[in-house]
Amino acid sequence: MTDVLELTAAQAARQIEAGELGADEYLDAYAEAAAGEELNAYLWREDPNGGRGGGRDRPADAPLGGVPVAVKDLFCTEDVPTTAGSRILEGYRPPYTATAVRKLTDAGALVLGKTNLDEFGMGSSNENSGYGPVLNPWDRRRVPGGSSGGSAAAVAARLAPCAIGTDTGGSVRQPASLCGIVGLKPTYGAISRQGMIAFASSLDQCGTLTRDVADAALLLRAMEGRDRCDSTSVGIEGGVELPSREDLEGLRFGVPRELSADAEGLEAGVSAAFERALGLIRELGGEVDECELPHAAHGLSAYYVLAPAEASANLARYDGVRFGLRADGDADLLNMYERTRDAGFGAEVKRRIMLGTYALSSGYYEAYYGRAQRVRTRIVEDFAGAFGRFDYLVTPTSPTVAFELGARTDSPLAMYLSDYCTVPMSLAGIPTISIPAGLAEPDGGGPELPVGLQIAAPAFAESRLLDAAHAIEGAIGFDATPGLGGG
Amino acid sequence: MSVPSGYEAVIGLEIHVQLSTQTKMFCGCALSFGDQPNVHTCPVCLAHPGTLPVVNERAVRYALQIALALGCEVAPRSIFHRKNYFYPDSPKGYQISQYDIPLAANGSLAGVRIHRVHLEEDAAKMVHLGESGRIHGSAASLVDFNRGGTPLVEIVTEPDLHDPGEARQWAQLLRTTVEQLGVSDVNMEEGSLRCDANVSIRPPGAEELGTKTELKNMNSFRFLERGIAAELERQASVLEAGGEVAQETFHFDPRTGSLTPLRSKEYAHDYRYLPEPDLVPLAPTEQMLREAREALPELPDQRRRRYEAEFGVPEVTARQLAFDAELGTYFEGALEAGDGVEPSVIANWVTGDLAAARRHFGADGREVAPAHLVAVARMVVEKRITHASGREVLDALVDPGSSIGDPEEVVESRQLAAVSDSSELEAIVERAIEAEPAAAEKVRSGNPKAIGPIVGAVMRETKGRADGGEVTRLIREKLGAA
Amino acid sequence: MILTAVCRSARCTYDQGVIDRDQVLHVARLARLALTDEEIERMSGELPAILEHVERMNELDLDGVEPTSHVVALENVLRADEPRPSWERDRILDGAPDPSGGAFRVPSPQA
Ligand SMILES: [Mg+2]
Ligand SMILES: [Zn+2]
Repeated sequence: MTDVLELTAAQAARQIEAGELGADEYLDAYAEAAAGEELNAYLWREDPNGGRGGGRDRPADAPLGGVPVAVKDLFCTEDVPTTAGSRILEGYRPPYTATAVRKLTDAGALVLGKTNLDEFGMGSSNENSGYGPVLNPWDRRRVPGGSSGGSAAAVAARLAPCAIGTDTGGSVRQPASLCGIVGLKPTYGAISRQGMIAFASSLDQCGTLTRDVADAALLLRAMEGRDRCDSTSVGIEGGVELPSREDLEGLRFGVPRELSADAEGLEAGVSAAFERALGLIRELGGEVDECELPHAAHGLSAYYVLAPAEASANLARYDGVRFGLRADGDADLLNMYERTRDAGFGAEVKRRIMLGTYALSSGYYEAYYGRAQRVRTRIVEDFAGAFGRFDYLVTPTSPTVAFELGARTDSPLAMYLSDYCTVPMSLAGIPTISIPAGLAEPDGGGPELPVGLQIAAPAFAESRLLDAAHAIEGAIGFDATPGLGGG
Repeated sequence: MSVPSGYEAVIGLEIHVQLSTQTKMFCGCALSFGDQPNVHTCPVCLAHPGTLPVVNERAVRYALQIALALGCEVAPRSIFHRKNYFYPDSPKGYQISQYDIPLAANGSLAGVRIHRVHLEEDAAKMVHLGESGRIHGSAASLVDFNRGGTPLVEIVTEPDLHDPGEARQWAQLLRTTVEQLGVSDVNMEEGSLRCDANVSIRPPGAEELGTKTELKNMNSFRFLERGIAAELERQASVLEAGGEVAQETFHFDPRTGSLTPLRSKEYAHDYRYLPEPDLVPLAPTEQMLREAREALPELPDQRRRRYEAEFGVPEVTARQLAFDAELGTYFEGALEAGDGVEPSVIANWVTGDLAAARRHFGADGREVAPAHLVAVARMVVEKRITHASGREVLDALVDPGSSIGDPEEVVESRQLAAVSDSSELEAIVERAIEAEPAAAEKVRSGNPKAIGPIVGAVMRETKGRADGGEVTRLIREKLGAA
Repeated sequence: MILTAVCRSARCTYDQGVIDRDQVLHVARLARLALTDEEIERMSGELPAILEHVERMNELDLDGVEPTSHVVALENVLRADEPRPSWERDRILDGAPDPSGGAFRVPSPQA
């Protein structure tokens, strides 16, 4: 008998539909695995004894019938604790469910658990969670990446067949890369943000973390669509095709120097794995050529103004008045606000609120926010120019493999550099996927760890993106699994 | 109440109008007034995590109507901003408003320029508890989010007003204008119309504006006028004493009629505006604009001009009729019933004697049908009764203690028909001359002003039913003083 | 301690990246964050370092470039003005830190 935990979501759904696999059996296997996990990947789990029971009757015509999904704890789930990884929302039970989650359950999926994350999505290592860090299943002394680190670790460690996360500057792609799985960030507006707790609203987008590209397509297909509750949602015109392509004949791949060879802090092993992937793309018939994104190197600068600025406003609602934490004691109003927010927010969240507040404050707006918006325009134009010549752009997802816990916590800037290659696509709002490209040693030695290949396509070209990613995935043939070693 | 002598007042108004839509600006909660606290709330208007605003279509339509009624240019593309401030009445920690590109700008109403018109959302209501609500030794407040998120249109004028009375009149015109559109209840006492004023003074002819102060919370037109007048006085006395006016915000206290400075909050004015990423731009289409234009009724200022041009109603009267929606409607009803009676005569009756009778009897007074008012006016024009009798008839029609509802009946029962038989009147005049010999002598010897006592005697005898002009003519004729 | 980050661009005409302790306190007050002395000390070091990195944007010539606040090409996304049932008050107040008489109680801003 094959281990049900090794099935992809699509395979499991097919077997359940054919009656070869019991939905209960499948869910129980995962509920049990999740209950016994040692990575701190989950903040809330479905009762392994089937406590909630709901949704177990597989609805007819449900493409995800019986598939358990791990949900990043940044999505609101009605009456289920939702923390955003923050102490300020400890005990909060939302009165409604996020559209993305509802669409998954409408398609027959079951919420297996809520996964750990960097507080409010702010981080690249999952060390900024108010509930402790998540460990990387490939090496428990290392970080899984962030901020969707819990979702990435859970999928990689067979604690969930698939998961959803959010990606503001790389928060789905980077942990997927560090955990050796597939992470898809769709076009901004493809999936409703309603019920997704906001970090930086003009950048936040729901994404998928899966074992393969086909599963990413399956989840995206269920979740995309215009939502009347989200004025910025559009859906994907024509829907999402399940990927089937095996070759890359006639397709042009651009390699932006700024985000590959010239990327800040690029590790040798990552570079080598990336070069091998480019060779495979050529072997599949793809044309590979160098291209320019002249302003991409300034992406991080713009991002670290725009995202904190939006965050400073988005996080103003955590004020101890209507829900969540309130600092106790004798206090006037000002005091209550300040002490509640001091007690509820972690260091990184405070840092970004300070940064964003400063950037928007009187006298500094043009110098920071205004300039950052103009750099964003330039980056959007850069991509538009590149897509005039190329069908796809490829880069490493992360300049490095998974780093050790604590390695970057003392230097915010070093941490921010983790998103160097992923941030420009977020600013442009284009669909981007990270797929495993092999294993590599970190600079300075250590165990072999996953490397991610990032592929970007023009807005709303998800089906084409998934097709190419599927072909490359087949050629790479990544089949390593984490040994759950270390610590 | 006017401007302190030796100074020129510069006044601008900032008006917030609550729109009378069915639902809030950004969520589907119903609007309410006076309900139990927090029964019209949802995760969106309570700013629960993950919730998003969606713009109310009718609010945009209403705002466009207001903008067009004020002669504004509608921005081809306007955007929403977040105005950041922490206060319990602001659940998101920011108000969604419009900032550098408002919905509309550059309008004017009755000579006052409109700087901008924009859409935003209202704050929640806070009730401050006194001693009874003390927790841990400090006072507390209760927040009710029913009002939070109500659609607001903010109208900002240029500082084109120069006198408290003018400001009041203009604000009333604005109210009537918005009222005519049917897009708001425009009730100042209930807060569906709120009016703040920016006030400064300067020596006449000075180019530079003085430092302005902001007045808030004037919840009636009377208080608006009084508040501005009081602030002008205060500024003048500061300058007289050799001081300087400081930039401050004052709260008007309607009970005492005085202005209290708001504690200047050190950090109150850094709103850190940023474009609202949860919303997309408003770009009114041709169709949206056309529909808004077609929905515009005749507006008060247009109406005033029509009354003047078409009916020859004097400006002051035309303004009174046109700027008071109820009075204007009444006037138009009377015109319909008024065949033969000059519109300007009807206008005078409506704004003069009828208004006086209504004032006199107050809220208990009875309604006078427009046809009845016209009937009274016609009797006077035709000299069937005197003007004084006409006034008496109107009083009787309004008087809640009277039961007669028909002008003819009032004339009949009170015997107000004019003395029109000239031989009867001549006899009365002769008797009056005999009764006032001293006055008669003075008139004879060339002092026409001495006629008063004789006229008085005639009026006493006729109980005011004689035509004053005719009486004077007859007396002079008899005394050879014509 | 006053930390001064150097503005690296020759085109830079404004005083950037200078954040002293008072400014940290001012920004913290704007953001309603009570910071400990230690946090203030740390922020006074970290913020200028981050801003210095951010100010690399100043190397770019951005004259005449329109700002992008959104990549979505939508306009006039409007909702029909139709009431939907509001939420049950008890449910909304259930998770409130200090519900009182159907309302949310807060320390008085006038205290
Ligand atoms: Mg306003
Ligand atoms: Zn609501």
